[in-house]
Amino acid sequence: MAKGVKPRVKVPKTAAAGDSITIKTLISHKMESGQRKDKEGNLIPRSIINRFTCDFNGENVIDVTLEPAISTNPFFEFEAKVPESGDFAFTWYDDDGSVYETSKSITVE
Amino acid sequence: MRLTRRHAMAIGASAVVVAGLPIRALAAGDDDITAFTGGADVGEGGITLTAPEIAENGNTVPIEVSAEGASEILVLATGNPVPAVATFKFGPLAASQAASTRIRLAKTQDVVAVAKMADGSFVKASASVKVTIGGCGG
Repeated sequence: MAKGVKPRVKVPKTAAAGDSITIKTLISHKMESGQRKDKEGNLIPRSIINRFTCDFNGENVIDVTLEPAISTNPFFEFEAKVPESGDFAFTWYDDDGSVYETSKSITVE
Repeated sequence: MRLTRRHAMAIGASAVVVAGLPIRALAAGDDDITAFTGGADVGEGGITLTAPEIAENGNTVPIEVSAEGASEILVLATGNPVPAVATFKFGPLAASQAASTRIRLAKTQDVVAVAKMADGSFVKASASVKVTIGGCGG
């Protein structure tokens, strides 16, 4: 597991039914591209997050495939529909097999 | 130096190599587009790609893609060592087919976005970004 990986997600706490809300996500990860060289001139092996998904109550909102050209600390902003109260599940998949998860609940008034 | 047949062959061969270089550079991103579209025609319009005109730091360039009614959007940076940047797939609960993120650009280049629409057609948009400091280390 890469060190110091910390997901951060911003989701409003409440919404009206059928509203679209903006979600911002950021995860601290160095996203080593596999193109850089160390002091001895050896390539530093690639180590990135290769996939990010967001689901709401089991239904998919967005599924992103990441390549090494995504910046350090991958950031995403997108919009989701909220038909009812429930939980957003966010999942990041690391090259080394680790999976980072976090969730946020939202109440429909 | 007399121009022998051997020399003529060598000159001819190097000319072919030189002529081949720009073609290969162009094909870098095209291969990814073909893989994504399956060789279908790519139209224009219906997709917007927002990127800064000048990026001071190529390590983190904010971009935004949006294509109403798209099921997938592919983003490419044609001048990067690896052109592919990201693929966004939108699920049933996506309120808009738009997303923003931050990408790395190695040098001044065109960023291309290709969207697959719900009806199976493809559209693309591109934006030219000037990069002051490249973002691929090295």
